[in-house]
Amino acid sequence: MSFTVPSPKDAILAAQNVTMRFGGIVAVNDMNVALPQGSICGIIGPNGAGKTTLFNILSGFYTPTEGDVLFKGKSIRKKSPDRVCKLGIARTFQNIRLSSQMTVLENVMVGCHVRRHCSWWMAALGLPNYYREEDEIRDKARALVEKVDLGAMQNEKAGSLPYGAQRRLEIARALATEPSLLLLDEPAAGMNPQESLDLLHFIRQIREEFNLTILLIEHDMKVVMGVCEYIWVMEYGALIAEGEPAAIQENPEVIRAYLGDDFVKGH
Amino acid sequence: MSLEMFFQHFFNALTLGSLYALIAIGYTMVYGVLRLINFAHGDILMVGAYFVFFGTFAFGWPWGVSAIAAVCGASLLGVLVERVAYRPLREAPRISALISAIAVSFFIESLAVVVFTGQPRPVLQPDWLISEWQWGRVHILKLTAFVPVMTAVLVAALLYILYRTKPGLAMRAISKDIETTRLMGVRVDNIIAFTFAVGSALAAASGIMWALRYPQVHPYMGIMPGLKAFVAAVVGGIGSVQGAVIGGVILGFVEIMSIAFFPELSGYRDAFAFIILVLVLVFKPTGLLGENLKEKI
Amino acid sequence: MRFNRTTFICLALMAAGALFLTQADMFLSNYQLYILKLFFINAILALSLNLIYGFTGMFSLGHAGFMALGAYMAALCILPPEQKEMMWILEPIIWPFSELFTPFWLAVILGGLVAFVFALFIAVPALRLGDDYLGIATLGFAEIIRVLLTNATPITNGSLGIKGIPDSATLLTCYVWMLITLVVIARIVYGNFGNVLRCIRDNEIAAQVMGINVFGYKVMSFCVGAFFAGVGGALLGSHLSTIDPKMFNFLLTFQVLMYVVAGGLGSLTGSILGAGIITVLLEWLRAIEEPMDFFGLVEIPGIPGMRMVVFSVLLLAIILYRREGIMGSREITLAGIGRFFRRLATRTAGREAQ
Repeated sequence: MSFTVPSPKDAILAAQNVTMRFGGIVAVNDMNVALPQGSICGIIGPNGAGKTTLFNILSGFYTPTEGDVLFKGKSIRKKSPDRVCKLGIARTFQNIRLSSQMTVLENVMVGCHVRRHCSWWMAALGLPNYYREEDEIRDKARALVEKVDLGAMQNEKAGSLPYGAQRRLEIARALATEPSLLLLDEPAAGMNPQESLDLLHFIRQIREEFNLTILLIEHDMKVVMGVCEYIWVMEYGALIAEGEPAAIQENPEVIRAYLGDDFVKGH
Repeated sequence: MSLEMFFQHFFNALTLGSLYALIAIGYTMVYGVLRLINFAHGDILMVGAYFVFFGTFAFGWPWGVSAIAAVCGASLLGVLVERVAYRPLREAPRISALISAIAVSFFIESLAVVVFTGQPRPVLQPDWLISEWQWGRVHILKLTAFVPVMTAVLVAALLYILYRTKPGLAMRAISKDIETTRLMGVRVDNIIAFTFAVGSALAAASGIMWALRYPQVHPYMGIMPGLKAFVAAVVGGIGSVQGAVIGGVILGFVEIMSIAFFPELSGYRDAFAFIILVLVLVFKPTGLLGENLKEKI
Repeated sequence: MRFNRTTFICLALMAAGALFLTQADMFLSNYQLYILKLFFINAILALSLNLIYGFTGMFSLGHAGFMALGAYMAALCILPPEQKEMMWILEPIIWPFSELFTPFWLAVILGGLVAFVFALFIAVPALRLGDDYLGIATLGFAEIIRVLLTNATPITNGSLGIKGIPDSATLLTCYVWMLITLVVIARIVYGNFGNVLRCIRDNEIAAQVMGINVFGYKVMSFCVGAFFAGVGGALLGSHLSTIDPKMFNFLLTFQVLMYVVAGGLGSLTGSILGAGIITVLLEWLRAIEEPMDFFGLVEIPGIPGMRMVVFSVLLLAIILYRREGIMGSREITLAGIGRFFRRLATRTAGREAQ
């Protein structure tokens, strides 16, 4: 099965000529990315290539200096992160951002908040529909915690969890916002080979189950090549190559970017 | 307004601004190294003023000697405060240190009430400072000229320390990155203590001159100047000594000039500083010369 | 409301408390009643600040300002018009404040609402700031409120303040308002909205990514806190019968902060406990300002101002040696009390068996 990059109109998410400048530094330079519905794609590149900056643009933290971001055909260029999340984009962070003082379950419940209907004053008055919704949220969060195998630890403080479990918890929390697109920033960072392998299956599994499209940044090539259907390669903020995993592995530009000029010449 | 009046107000504003600037420098230096609002700073100013009061009246020392002794005493107090109340909280959340600072501030104030009593006390004004210069029809108290000149000298000395000496270099390094500076072999604790010593000395100098201007001392005299000087530090951009000086002078001018031109606003005098603060924080939260400290995502 | 056993026990306890208070004047002295009332009011203030600072992590030092607004508004509402006309000697009082005359419960709510509205105005510029900047900005706003109250003579009687405010804040009223504050804040905080607020406190960026309108919830928490601070101020003004702008200085905010820190940030029952202990302690410390006499042998003259020295040393000690306060972020719950007694029972049973 070959992969075709969709036109921006048909893509679930499309970055069009996105450029991001901080003062004189060009962090992202004229990037074009388009994800078809239901795919798993990856962005790779050396450290400092601008991958996380691109994620920050896609999730609404930065407004790109030039270019536009389309989600389901509509521009989200100027939307704030919470609006972007409401529209259906969830993300995780390279440096895990959990509320370490809160329990595992509470962390996931925070994720459920965006889809709730009651307002805070209903809670203050203690209206029945508030309590009903509260129960629903708790059940939904429990199910998600089970899904990521943290059921036994649901009342532990999130900060006391081992690293791999924290990563899974962050994904569970992202899923709680009921996204249609999930952005994973280095999900396998700090994992051992077995954990990475499990993650690979897990990513495929949640795609099926939640009908997701997934875009991930990753350094672990086993994960990237194992799970991604299409890959964009960035260096110094610009796109240097794109294609299916097999092609990317052979691409001299990519090898040069990762291993240096000497390696290519010697080859 | 006559030109004479204007000059009078101008010098008044410059004096007040200089006093604010001297206090603001202490805030900005401590904030630079520890990211802490040293609430006790205003009270050190008060203690400095009281030391002069006791030097002149209780021990009968000449004013100059008392002033120097007071500056030294106040800077020791500043170091002591850091040692007792801030150093144990270096690794704690920043807010804990802030509450500790507030507690120390109240402690010094209430102890001053106990030791010095709550009564305002008159201070000795040396004759050479309260005589006047006459310049056409403009009368200027020598004190009004003395304060800005003294301030300029102290600021120049401070800038020399900051930019031409090793401890100054270490201070600037700590304000960038305390951990790396420690790894470079700098004795961070000593430098922080030194920072408090210098900042407290400047506050005491300001407090002594403040007491000369309104010739009295009382235990709560440091609160308002302290708060306003902090505002000056924020306006100038916290962490920057030059900014603190600029902020202090701006604040002094706004306070004096707005009342000079609109006397009916005099009841609102204490609110000006905070209105400026709010405006600055809304439009340029980092202050005029401050660096951007936004959290990295 | 959820109708389960815990709710019923809580309601029963609250009713029992109310019943006790209606009969309290039979076995408590006037002074003790005075302290008890002050405790209820201080608990309201502590709870409201805990919502803002302990649960949402906004370091607000403007509580005295909100209290002042509530106190003035309520005082203007419950003073009879004739009395107001007589008291405003610097400048006559202006309409509608001259004619305003409402029952006490409405006055308290209006006091809270004024603080709420003012907080809404402050929130827009101030809540964009981070922790210590926010502290200074709110402190600045509290000072601005004080200056405004001093200068708005036709409304507030300026620096003379308002005297002879009817003591409508009965023991029972203060108790009921404390319960209302506790229940409302507990409902917000111990549900998913509370999780959201704590997430904002711990990690604002994560909260944004979870689709939470961080600014909106900060404003909500700040304004609800301010509302109850206004309510507390209204009750306090009526309790003390005299208010003036000087009274609402930074020291007052500091006291409330002390209750919260002593009780434990992020613990509502801790706030009540902290308010209780410190209110009693501060009254008790008055003794050291009185001359003391040890068995007629040694006589120590009273030291005026010593109370505040001890008070500040105490706060310093708490923050240096027990930063989390009495309760930390734990709560006293019925289940917890039950466990405690059961453990006590087993231990005594065990001892008896030996």
